[in-house]
Amino acid sequence: MTSTCPECAREIAVAETIRLSQIVECPDCKSELELVSTQPVILALAPEPEEDWGE
Amino acid sequence: MPPEEQSAPCQDKSDVVALVASRVRWEEKVILDELEARNLPYEVVDSRTLYMSLTMHSAPWAFALNREISQTRALYAALALEGARRRVVNSARSIEVCGDKYRTALALRKAGLPTPETILALSPDAARLAAEEFGYPVVIKPLMGSWGRRVALLRDPETTDAVLDYCEALPTSQSHVVCLQEPIDKAGRDIRVIVVGGTALGAIYRQADGWRTNVALGAEARHCPLDEELAGLAVAAAAATGAEIAGVDLLEDPDGQRYVLEVNSGVEFRGFSSRLQVDVAGAIVDYLTAEVAA
Repeated sequence: MTSTCPECAREIAVAETIRLSQIVECPDCKSELELVSTQPVILALAPEPEEDWGE
Repeated sequence: MPPEEQSAPCQDKSDVVALVASRVRWEEKVILDELEARNLPYEVVDSRTLYMSLTMHSAPWAFALNREISQTRALYAALALEGARRRVVNSARSIEVCGDKYRTALALRKAGLPTPETILALSPDAARLAAEEFGYPVVIKPLMGSWGRRVALLRDPETTDAVLDYCEALPTSQSHVVCLQEPIDKAGRDIRVIVVGGTALGAIYRQADGWRTNVALGAEARHCPLDEELAGLAVAAAAATGAEIAGVDLLEDPDGQRYVLEVNSGVEFRGFSSRLQVDVAGAIVDYLTAEVAA
């Protein structure tokens, strides 16, 4: 499956096993992208980490 | 749920485990893979679109595994689901305690567990007074914070003033309440034990060049022998905070004395699993399965 990086427009190959809300990194611009749709496959810029994130 | 569904009977999803998460990290992915491998029905509930009315007396799912990355959303999702009489792991209480360094210290002390001396300062001025009385060096930590952020080692009054000036400039009143803590000579490493359902799964050392040993800050994970004392401390610490799934951080001084530092209710375990070849996701799903059946 492929999608397009919303930041640099690079075509990105996405694994068949990818899940909604999963994060991938654009190989070119290194943007963190979130899978926001599976049909069709759409990647959006992932939300920036907030102060209360993480363990 | 949409308002129009509030007066209608909830769709029966009593056998469905809700996994609350706005971000599917490696950890959430392997948990979902495990649920699928075992044909256990689940639903990923994105906290970013979750809302629940106070008057709702039930929620579709009988059981929720809370893997929300945001501490705030994790806490309120748990509160809302518990309010609808749903079993949530980890509970709202444990998220609240684990997310607050002073409450954690209180819980650990109440349980009689060894933990570094911790001083609560209710203002930057109080922190200055406390640091002066305690002496240097002293560690300063925000009440709530993750991934080692805003934790600093104060070595002298000048550094303390500079750090507390920044603290005073932060916008929220909560940011002005800080913890000062006794620094423990830990030889550049700490210990992380993961506890699931009262069982310690294993231990790793987290080694760093600096004195902050968070993996998020680049610390390296290495195998640590899990002896009976270490396992006992970690299990007791998780129990003291109410966390059923926990990443317990401990320090060991040069004399071998161990201290419980903190308990993480939203534990990240990719490095741990990889280093130890321990199936944390499997252990979590085992625990969920047993709890759902109980």
